[in-house]
Amino acid sequence: MTSTTTSLAQTGTDRHLPLVLAEQVTKSFGNHQVLSGIDFSVETGEVACIIGPSGSGKSTFLRCLNALEKPNGGRIRIDGEDVGFNYRKGKFHEWNSAEYAKLRLNVGMVFQRFNLFANMTALENVACGPARVKGESKKLALARAEELLERVGLAGHGHKYPMKLSGGQQQRVAIARSLAMDPQVMLFDEPTSALDPELVDEVLEVMKSLAVGGMTMVLVTHEIGFAREVADSLAFIDGGVVVERGNPRELIANPQHERTQQFLSKVL
Amino acid sequence: MTQEQVAAPPRLVEQPGPGNTVRLRHPGRLIVALLCIAGISWFVWVLATNDHIIWGNVLYYLTFPKILDGVLVTIQLSILATIMGLAIGVALAMMKLSANPVAVWISNLYIWFFRGTPVLVQLIFWFNLAFLFPQLVIKIPLTNIGYMWDTNVVMTGFTAAMLGLGLNLGAYAAETVRAGIQAVDPGQAEAAASIGMTPFKRMWVVVLPQATRIIIPPIGNEFISMLKTTSLVYVVAGNDLMTNASQIYKQNGKIMELLIVASIWYMAMTVIATYFQGKLEKKFGTADRPITGKRQRFSNPFFSRDNLAVLGQRLRTEPPRSTP
Repeated sequence: MTSTTTSLAQTGTDRHLPLVLAEQVTKSFGNHQVLSGIDFSVETGEVACIIGPSGSGKSTFLRCLNALEKPNGGRIRIDGEDVGFNYRKGKFHEWNSAEYAKLRLNVGMVFQRFNLFANMTALENVACGPARVKGESKKLALARAEELLERVGLAGHGHKYPMKLSGGQQQRVAIARSLAMDPQVMLFDEPTSALDPELVDEVLEVMKSLAVGGMTMVLVTHEIGFAREVADSLAFIDGGVVVERGNPRELIANPQHERTQQFLSKVL
Repeated sequence: MTQEQVAAPPRLVEQPGPGNTVRLRHPGRLIVALLCIAGISWFVWVLATNDHIIWGNVLYYLTFPKILDGVLVTIQLSILATIMGLAIGVALAMMKLSANPVAVWISNLYIWFFRGTPVLVQLIFWFNLAFLFPQLVIKIPLTNIGYMWDTNVVMTGFTAAMLGLGLNLGAYAAETVRAGIQAVDPGQAEAAASIGMTPFKRMWVVVLPQATRIIIPPIGNEFISMLKTTSLVYVVAGNDLMTNASQIYKQNGKIMELLIVASIWYMAMTVIATYFQGKLEKKFGTADRPITGKRQRFSNPFFSRDNLAVLGQRLRTEPPRSTP
């Protein structure tokens, strides 16, 4: 799936909007400008990979998509709805915390450092969202959590606390925890970067099965091989802008920009 | 050819082992230990044979009804004041971490004030509140609907003590709780946010349970300290152990005996509290942490049976702490 980004910036009401649409997103921490106008879109079912050197702003951009960071400028829409604002009569009304929480029900996130709840077992981690946030019955939530753990290859590990699991196992529990909310789109923030090399594949396998199953995914990663094999689109971000975006195989084989060429020559 | 080298029999090397090693002796250590034991024995002997202490009286007053009543009040007071202090501490910690600058300011002011004044002064202040407000009134403004109490009736020694100790502990607990909350990895709250939890739920379901593990040891310490701080209550006649003991010795002049009785009870309460603190730490500490080695039954190392058993062995053979 090749994507065109900037042309979608117009906001015709009956025009088809992609599931995730970011226009001219800017973000700075103090005097440090991290994002300088990012345009990005993801269609339903698309697996969109983002690569780029460290400090390029790719993680910050991803965190803007589920509002863990608030952009300083630009507009992000998910499923046609503005993120951070309600647009009414030509005015953007800022969200309250409940509205942010509602957005995140739809947008799952998997972190680089897993961030499993240390005070809960693997099973409770997965069941926590449905039971404590969505208000499902505890029994149902636990039963579904068992299923999800089985799906990520961790049947029988549900009773263990995160400290007792390997990094790869923890990350798979984290994926199951995110899946349990039935999100429309899942964000992955360098999900394999904190793992020992021999544990990377088990996590990538789970992610691949999600992609095959039709999950919409936005993935910041250093796994070029995974991007080439699984992703529908690949974007190279540097200096807070999307330098280049396109079909992963074509972009990796034949990068157009000098900066992309330099980066790929270092990581390949 | 390399294989031949690997297969060659190992060379016999004379090495230190149990049979041929002469252990280093530490005669100085033994002498110091004996001197210490001699000193302590002498002190105990002087105390035990002192004509001015009648040990029969100590034994008699140890289970005297008024003393036992005092012990009960001390325990009640310590528990109530600690619960009150903890509740205030959690509230103040939330305020201090909130985004509302007025809440932060009020929290800082409270902590500054209650840590800045002696708890003894606060106790006397609360007890004498009637000088400031002879009546306490709760009513709907601009009407006559409500309640009124005589301050002197409400502000008994016990109430003043609970208020004074609880409000004071609140200021200290606030800092402990805040530190505990801040010690929880921010990624935990972020992950909680990412599955759609509101800020309150993030705090209640994910952050506070983990902060609890961190703050239990210091709060346990505060409670143990509180058991003995309650003795200050005797200035407002709070009917605690120290109040009752002092009332008895003011009548019969057996000051030393009753102070010993009170001390024995304070120590007994501390030992029990220490035991429960250890239990609590174990309950909250093991689940999400890797267990390193065997846990000791008592958190106070003195009571560990293993420790006592190896003491003699250590005295004789343990190498010095610093590198020789």
